[in-house]
Amino acid sequence: MDKKTPLYACHEALGGKIVPFGGFLLPVQYPTGINAEHMTVREHAGIFDVSHMGEALLEGPDAVKNLNRILTNRFGKLAIGGCRYTIMLYEDAGCVDDLIVYRRGEDRFLLILNAANADKDVAWIKDHLEGDVTFENISDKVGQIALQGPESKEVIAKLTNVEALPTKYYTFKENLTVAGVNCLVSRTGYTGEFGYEIYMKAEDAPTVWKALLEAGALPCGLGARDTLRLEASMPLYGHELSDKIDPLSAGLSFVVKLDKPFIGRDALLAKGEPKCVRVGLKAIDRGVLREHQDIYLGEEKVGVTSSGTMIPGKRQSFAMGYVAREHAEVGTVLEVDVRGRRIKAEIVPMPFYNAAK
Amino acid sequence: MKTLSNLKYSKTHEWVEFLEDGHVRIGITDYAQDALGDLVYVNLPIEGDTFDAGEVFGDLESVKAVSDLYTPVAGTVAAVNEDLLDAPETMNQDPYGAWIIELSDIGETEELLDDAAYEALCAEEA
Repeated sequence: MDKKTPLYACHEALGGKIVPFGGFLLPVQYPTGINAEHMTVREHAGIFDVSHMGEALLEGPDAVKNLNRILTNRFGKLAIGGCRYTIMLYEDAGCVDDLIVYRRGEDRFLLILNAANADKDVAWIKDHLEGDVTFENISDKVGQIALQGPESKEVIAKLTNVEALPTKYYTFKENLTVAGVNCLVSRTGYTGEFGYEIYMKAEDAPTVWKALLEAGALPCGLGARDTLRLEASMPLYGHELSDKIDPLSAGLSFVVKLDKPFIGRDALLAKGEPKCVRVGLKAIDRGVLREHQDIYLGEEKVGVTSSGTMIPGKRQSFAMGYVAREHAEVGTVLEVDVRGRRIKAEIVPMPFYNAAK
Repeated sequence: MKTLSNLKYSKTHEWVEFLEDGHVRIGITDYAQDALGDLVYVNLPIEGDTFDAGEVFGDLESVKAVSDLYTPVAGTVAAVNEDLLDAPETMNQDPYGAWIIELSDIGETEELLDDAAYEALCAEEA
């Protein structure tokens, strides 16, 4: 049975088209449509219900030690009020999940997990904890709203003390009052655009959502969230990452600290250089690249796409995929089998979009 | 949802316009474009292709999904609306103006609905 987020009634009231996603019922789009929602985030400000994301608290004197052993990144020097992206690996170097760790105190951490993986992640972490720590899954108690777009600051400024907002990317502040509600606000997001992610008690989520709408943000659904993250070339678990894909093939070596021990490290080192690597593809011919389409160089199959769509505003289809390393150089022209039709596509640098600074 | 009384409708949400010269034009209905969402691409047949009634003649792509296009009328493709290749959003904005193909040499025709019957079908599906 799919769960409803605390904002479900708000989505229905706004005419959102509801679909099941990661075990939750969420709007894929509102009547404005995916194109308009995508462009709003690129040019103005949009809000997304991301209450489906999982949250867990890890606390205690041995918290850092456990994070360093269970996750690929390093957490000892993460400042209080800082966020850090990381991968969590199985022993065989496949990904359990990708997640963000927030440091709330010397020994207090908040972990943000993918909705569909949250139960699996919590079980995996519990099984591997050692020493003096407590671990609690608080997913059902937390609401989360992403406010994204170049005008995000102007929008949230109407609801909170601007001076108190986090300024640096990948930092956060706790106990901010947003629309009268106690919130944790981070300078993070999944769109490649300036913005915030706002956490509150589940029952307070509708108050913040409605206030953000009144302050000028447009509601955006999962459809735009996917086109935006794809344009920003951010990996999505189940597509660019999975239990069959290791983080080095995915091009995420910057969050994998091989000079410290962690679960999956030995298998990762044993694999050596990745055989296939994540690439960005831009369609040259007309047509739309999608996920799970074979990639060819002449008659040789050299890869497969992991995500693809028409990017709103670009009128051109982009994809990410995994291609044999020897054919993965930028500028290489390959062919993608789009339902029996070969479409030429060029390997291009990722991301496909950079926000104006 | 909008319908026009001069058009006929298929149960698969295409509209059919019978032209005076015996040709027919086919497009997608307002209900269909709303259900599909923002359209970003259409795969068209080429002039001279022939189709049976109920056959797939192309497909439509929204940001999220691909959907087949069916012709409820057998015939030969006399023209395709190539403007849609550059402006697929026309099918969202003006679904009854945005014809997709024109058929000649019309043969067998599936059961078609008038506007009232089609609206009733949509109400049932919604």
